Amino acid sequence: MVPLFSAEGLSSLVFIFIVMTTVLGAVIATHSERLIRAVTGLAICFIGVAGLYYYLSSPFVALMEMLIYVGAVCVTIVFAVMLADPKPASEVGKGSIFIGPLSFALGILLFWGLSALAGKTVWVLPTGRVNDGSLEEVGRSLLTNYSMAFELISVVLLVAIIGALVLARQGRTRTGGES
Amino acid sequence: MSIPAFGDSLIIYLIIAALLFGIGFYGLVHRRTLIGMLIAGELILAGASLNFMAFNRFLAPDPTVGQIFTLFIMGIAAAEAAIALSIIIAVYRNFRTIDVEDVAELKG
Repeated sequence: MVPLFSAEGLSSLVFIFIVMTTVLGAVIATHSERLIRAVTGLAICFIGVAGLYYYLSSPFVALMEMLIYVGAVCVTIVFAVMLADPKPASEVGKGSIFIGPLSFALGILLFWGLSALAGKTVWVLPTGRVNDGSLEEVGRSLLTNYSMAFELISVVLLVAIIGALVLARQGRTRTGGES
Repeated sequence: MSIPAFGDSLIIYLIIAALLFGIGFYGLVHRRTLIGMLIAGELILAGASLNFMAFNRFLAPDPTVGQIFTLFIMGIAAAEAAIALSIIIAVYRNFRTIDVEDVAELKG
């Protein structure tokens, strides 16, 4: 316990605010009727997750979360919503009426099970750290220990770009003159 | 007045990650459009990378591994989003809908 009106107490308050932002964004992302609101909720949730990364003492990963998720992934999803969302999807329809409560119960069960598992496990604290986890150390081990994975992920990104172009182009030629 | 130091305990981060995972799973099953399922999948990935970062901060002897893993998850998620969205656009061109119930040509 720390006193409320000190640096640690205020940082705890900000932490509670960030957690509420994350959870609220996630709930908006899964529950809103219109997809564009769901994407906005996803962006809010990712801003909260970036704040959590900041509390986990890695500001670089927090910055990358903002750049890649909020800046790139959410904007890409907004493009897809603009290109392929004619009407707000009705939540009730041909699907079974049990799917909503059943999925809710499954989600609650997963959350409860993972939390109980995390609470019951005895975590072994490390005896020592080999480095301080700064950005410099991240870059060094990215180019020494993990250089193979680093090169492979660039190949994956290249293949993803080419595949996205090919897929989007194929749909256009197949329907023929519809665009 | 005093307040617990929330940001310094591993279990709180694990519970938040489990909550994100549960909400994402619920959305993945419950949503009926492809874009909604993609959004729920991104939530699941966010829960996984939050777990990695929490273990990296509190338990790992080498505190760069979790950060590198999270960066790789971000790259994979960006590639996955690009591919999934081009598939969604191709499906929309062919079927005029992105509802997963209606996208069915081979009815059994």
